[in-house]
Amino acid sequence: MQLTQRAQQVDRRPMNFLESLYLWNILKGMAITLRHLFKKKSTIQYPEQKRGFSQVFRGLHVLNRDAEGRENCTACGLCAVACPAEAITMEAAERMPGEENLYREEKYAARYEINMLRCIFCGLCEEACPKDAIYLSQTFAPANYARKGFIYDKQDLLIPHPINEREAYLKALGDRPPQHSTTSNVN
Amino acid sequence: MDLLSIDLWFILEKVILIACIIGLSFFIAMYTTLAERKVAGWMQDRHGPNRAGPFGIFQPLADGGKLFFKEEIIPVHANRFLFLLGPGLAMIVALITSTVIPWGAPIVTATGTIALQVADVDMGILVVFSIVSVGVYGIMIGGWASNNKFSLLAAIRGASQMVSYELPMGLSLIAVLFMTGSLQMSQIVSYQVENGWNVVYQPLGFLIFFICALAECNRTPFDLPEAENELNFGYHQEYSSMKLGFYLFAEYINMFVSSAVMATLFFGGYDIPFVNEATWGLEPWVLSLISFGVLMAKVAFFLFLFIWIRWTIPRFRYDQLMSLGWKRLIPLALLNMLISAAVMLWLKS
Repeated sequence: MQLTQRAQQVDRRPMNFLESLYLWNILKGMAITLRHLFKKKSTIQYPEQKRGFSQVFRGLHVLNRDAEGRENCTACGLCAVACPAEAITMEAAERMPGEENLYREEKYAARYEINMLRCIFCGLCEEACPKDAIYLSQTFAPANYARKGFIYDKQDLLIPHPINEREAYLKALGDRPPQHSTTSNVN
Repeated sequence: MDLLSIDLWFILEKVILIACIIGLSFFIAMYTTLAERKVAGWMQDRHGPNRAGPFGIFQPLADGGKLFFKEEIIPVHANRFLFLLGPGLAMIVALITSTVIPWGAPIVTATGTIALQVADVDMGILVVFSIVSVGVYGIMIGGWASNNKFSLLAAIRGASQMVSYELPMGLSLIAVLFMTGSLQMSQIVSYQVENGWNVVYQPLGFLIFFICALAECNRTPFDLPEAENELNFGYHQEYSSMKLGFYLFAEYINMFVSSAVMATLFFGGYDIPFVNEATWGLEPWVLSLISFGVLMAKVAFFLFLFIWIRWTIPRFRYDQLMSLGWKRLIPLALLNMLISAAVMLWLKS
């Protein structure tokens, strides 16, 4: 039975005179290495060149804002429930009058933490979120000296303000904007 | 200017020449390390070192600087004197060998000729052989004095390998000496300038000589004394800092010198092929410079060949090494010698 078409019969014939001289085979080997001398190098010269991520790369989390810069998250906890690694912790709070420009809905996340050492970057939080509040970006968590440095709080995760910090916002958005961007604008 | 019947100008000339040759040996050995890493990279579809300076040309300086500042360790149970002697001996022997090589056509001036050769002794090639065979002491002493069984094994291997391969090397050379009729390096070169390169008449002899040169320089496929994956770097395992650097450097200087010896014995030395440069009517020192450049080009070719072989062929097993040396190369060299002798006799009669 053949699983692939690439299997080849091993040549077990006894060596002929030319092969038993060994020199001929050395010359053949040297011809191969000489050919490689002129081949295209496969190195990616890292600091200057970077290798792009795949289109479906799941990187660091971003807490989304709507077009006016209000936080989408309502601290419903669905992401924390969906998380198989139990990496997400949150505390809910009620929006006070005068904070309508900060939070889109009446409830918001006062504390929102993701432990990047626990997170497995599966993207289930993104799938679970009904408010398009969390999605996985195209960057990854940088190295850190301490464990506590990997617990990202809300300020670490929030996307920059889309109006006040336009450039940073677009950069954080990457070339892959959230699929269902602006849902119904409920106050 | 004779003082106490010593020609001071002669001494000055030779001292300058020696300084130049040692400087040249170091410079070429330095850049052979870079070439080695570059060629290794290219053959493996990589770039090789390219961070230190444009195309990595300062990489040898960075490597040397690193070795200088490394911690110097002498093992407690090592024989201190011999431990220090080993790398020094390896280096000195590597440098001495270059004395008898003619580096270019002699410069003929009104007051006399300046030979681009430190010592044109009449048994030149034997000098090379005798010094090269001392070279094994660098490895043996270093490996033994380290008081480490891996080093000792490597030293034993190195010694027996050197001894085994010196035999076919000498035998293959005898056929060349039949033709040139002289042991003097300058004579061998001038013979080739007139009668064509020795490699044309002695291809088998050259092949044997080249294989033995690989073994004498401890280069792959004969790098059993180093054998990093079975002997933990062999005889220089206990060495650190510049003592290790001396061993590594001596290997490259040996490569350079043996390339020069091969070019001199088989590839016409400083002879420019296919042309008769005497008819160009150039200044003698210009001609000498050109001939020196030609020799360097031949040396560069051999150095590339050394590197190319290293990154193509795996290492021999120890028994294969011995059987190749004693059962293949020595009979072949003897046969080559006999046939050359017979042909020489037949031609003369």
